[in-house]
Formats: sequence, C-alpha cells, structure tokens
Amino acid sequence: MTRKASAYIAGAFEHPTRKAPDKSVAQLHAEVAIGALEDAGLTKHDVDGYFCAGDAPGTGPLSMVDYMNLRLRHVDSTNIGGSSYLLHVAHAAEAIAAGKCDVALITLAGRPRSQGAERGIAPRRDNPVQPDFEWEHAFGLTTLNTYGMCAMRHMYEFGTTSEQLAWIKVAASHHAQHNPNAMLRNVVTVEDVINSPMVADPLHRLDSCVVSDGGGALIVVKPEIARSLKRPLIKIIGTGEAVRGQLGGAVDITTSAAVWSGATAFAEAGVTAADIKYASIYDSFTITVLMQIEDLGFCEKGRGGEFVSGGNLIAGVGRLPFNTDGGGLCNNHPANRGGMTKAIEAVRQLRGEAHPAVQVKNCALALANGIGGQLGTRHGSATLILERE
Amino acid sequence: MSETKNPAPPTNPETEMFWKAASEGRFILRKCTACGKPHWYPRAICPFCFSDKTEWQDASGRGTIYSYSVTRRAAEPYVIAYVTLEEGPTMMTNIVDCDSKKLAIGQKVRLVFKPAAAGPPLPYFRPA
Ligand SMILES: [Zn+2]
Repeated sequence: MTRKASAYIAGAFEHPTRKAPDKSVAQLHAEVAIGALEDAGLTKHDVDGYFCAGDAPGTGPLSMVDYMNLRLRHVDSTNIGGSSYLLHVAHAAEAIAAGKCDVALITLAGRPRSQGAERGIAPRRDNPVQPDFEWEHAFGLTTLNTYGMCAMRHMYEFGTTSEQLAWIKVAASHHAQHNPNAMLRNVVTVEDVINSPMVADPLHRLDSCVVSDGGGALIVVKPEIARSLKRPLIKIIGTGEAVRGQLGGAVDITTSAAVWSGATAFAEAGVTAADIKYASIYDSFTITVLMQIEDLGFCEKGRGGEFVSGGNLIAGVGRLPFNTDGGGLCNNHPANRGGMTKAIEAVRQLRGEAHPAVQVKNCALALANGIGGQLGTRHGSATLILERE
Repeated sequence: MSETKNPAPPTNPETEMFWKAASEGRFILRKCTACGKPHWYPRAICPFCFSDKTEWQDASGRGTIYSYSVTRRAAEPYVIAYVTLEEGPTMMTNIVDCDSKKLAIGQKVRLVFKPAAAGPPLPYFRPA
C-alpha cells in the first residue's frame, strides 16, 4: 500500500490580507503564487504544472494560466469546493510520480468579504441544471441550515451538546490570539459561544467560520528538486479523496466522506490516527470539525463531543492540537474555501515555523483534512498525511 | 413560510410527471422494478442497481422527521428538514403549519402540497 514514489511540499504561502477591496481576484492568485515560489526558492519559469479550482476566474485553468503567462506540461482544475486544494496536492504528487510535471503550483484566492457575498445565509445560487437543484433550492437550502441539520441529527444520535461543539471554537480562539493576521483574536469561552445568537438551530453565530478575502498557494515538487532547495523536506506520504451524497435517499448526515478518504490515506501512509502529532481539520462550522475527527478515527464514532471537550484541541494542552493558525473559525476563510490554509498550517507545523506559542514539539507527522460542498447534501473530502523527513 | 411563496422548481423531461401529479394533488415516488427499491430524488436510472426499469408509484405521504433546522436569519424564519418517508427514502422539505419550538426528530409528519410563486405546488410536511 505504501507509495512507490513521492513528492514534497516545497513552498507554502498564505496571503496576509483579510480584506482586499483594491485588488482583483486574478491579482490575488498571482500574489500568492509569487509568495509560494519565493518560499520554495523557485521562480515562475520552474513551474510546469498548475492546479486551481472553482475560485479561479474563468474556465478551469485557462484564464489564470494566461494571466500569469505560464508555460506548462500539466493542468488540473478538479473542483470539490473548499477541499479542492488538498486534493490538488494529491493529484500533483500523482502527476509528478507519473513524470507529467516536476514543479506544481496550486493557487486559491477570492474576495467574498469585499464583494459582500453572504454565502452562508443566502440560498445557494447553484446551477438549475444540476439534478439535485429541483428538489432542494425551493426549500431555502443554505450552507448554514444544512450544517444545522447535521448538528441536530448528531445530537439526536449521539447525545452531542452545544457546549461540546463550543469547545472547538474555544480551542481555535486560543490559537488565533497569537496570529496577528487573524480576524478574530479574542479568546472566547464556551458560554460566549452558546450565548451568541442562534443562526440555524442548533448552530450559533460563533459556531460558524468567518468570511474573508485572501488566498494561499502551495508548491509541490519531485524529490530531486526538493533536496536541492533550502527548505525542510515535507513529504506527502498518504492521500485520500472521496465524494459522498444522499445515497439514493438512504440519507446519513452524521457521517462524512472523511471516513473513506481518511481510511485510504492512513492505509497508504502506513500510520494511524494515534501517530498524528498535529491536525488541520476543515472548520466551516464546529460540527464539521467534530464529524471529521470521528470519521478520521481520532475517536470512536459518536464520541467526538467528549473528545473535543476540556481543551483537547488546544496546542500545549490537549492530545490533538488543531488549526493552530486559528482556522476558518477565527483566522480566515479565503474565497469561502478553507482547504488551502489547512495544508499551509500543517506545513508550518512540520517545518517548526508555526507561532512559538502554538508550535507542536517534535512535530514530524501531520494530517490535513478538507470538506468541500455541504456535509448535509453532497460533499468532497480530501485527506493528506505529511511527514517531515 | 406559509405566507411567503417559494420559487417554483425548474422542471425537466426526466421529472415532469412528478410535478404534473403534484398539480393534481398526488405525491408519487420513483421505484425500480429490477431491484424493487424506491429512491429519492426521482431519477430515470436506479441509483442502487443502474437499471433503467424505473416507474412512478403512488406514495403515502406519511413520514417522520430525520433532521431539521430553524433558519433564523431570514425575513421569515423557516424550518428546513429531511423527512424519512414510510416507503423508505429520505427527502428534503420544509416543515410547515407548526410551532418550530415543538418539533422533534422522529416526529410523525404528513405531506401537504402548497402553491409555489408559479408553476406546480411544492411538497411540504406538517405535524401529523
Ligand atoms: Zn434498482
């Protein structure tokens, strides 16, 4: 099951902006590309593979490749929502192993905050031709209320409480206080979360992620190039991807596709959840984190509420330090797509470049998981297991 | 929710019979005659066995709430829900004509068609 050939993440860059009224989306994509290439010690001319998703303006990769004027051998614009960029790391590693490219650039950028898009509240503007639209749109399906239904069912099946979910936000806020770029830097309490306004029962405002502008980029390279650079060697040792929906009507919204993508990634890496020192877990809402933690095997299914309580996700305090940049709940959620920043913070932790207050000691093995789309209807999950060599 | 009419769903050749039946006050489900299972949402191709031997069948309109959420940040708060039909499949809907504070997962509900802004009526559920 072990990978025959691997690839390395050599460059990672998170845009410092959280509100960019004076920049275009294409410009933000190019700025993060420059940042990640500088981080790796490579140039534009070294890039021969490019990966982007639905946030890239234009048809797939066409407009951004043209804007940046790249000369490529390989492109991929697989779009599974906010988890796309973790999947792109996997696909880049596969393309590198197959000899299709040597230096892959992955970009994400967007400015929903400047554009005033309230994606969580407004009914989703999906494509009327997509087959599910007809059966959902008219009922006022929103991102908020679909996750609300997941949380409501999880509470019913497993006895999960609002206080337990709140601990996830509390942990994220403990980390965000050390991040000067984070949108929400105040440490909050369980009471603060459950006393914040209810937005879609049983989720409160503080159970929800922020809306921010910004972006990020990653550089994935073949082993020979990774070893020629001056950066720590961050090896991709396991990847998994999966899509899960309503199962023909056998709806089960308390289990995510992470149960499949995680199993694939762990089997490939030859490690288990108990070995993971740090985890980036997609946090569109607190319930999103809880379900992934269970589905990835960090605890038994249904015991996530107990697992996250009492600060178990806080660096230096708990068993599983998570989202030490403050995550989507407190730091940022560029383009309403949080997968990119999950990979970036995992790379920082493995390099020992996280903020000293949240750096996990001897962090040699990390996991990043993303969920894209909606847990309550249909979504993608992408899992990455990364090792410092 | 009962006062504000929701937009009519777009229709297509694959599902137009559902909306025609809805206009006549009938609630129908798509069932596969090869594997015997009904599914949701309705498709020409069975999502369980890929057979194209699917047909419409009358459904009871009885079900139970699988999950729900009260959307507070709306002009008029409304209840989105998944309802598990007596026939098996679970479908997305709204719970209407109810006190949202008294709803519970597992509660029995019954189908009610209500007019959309235009076109055929929409399938909602209310406490049984
Ligand atoms: Zn069948």
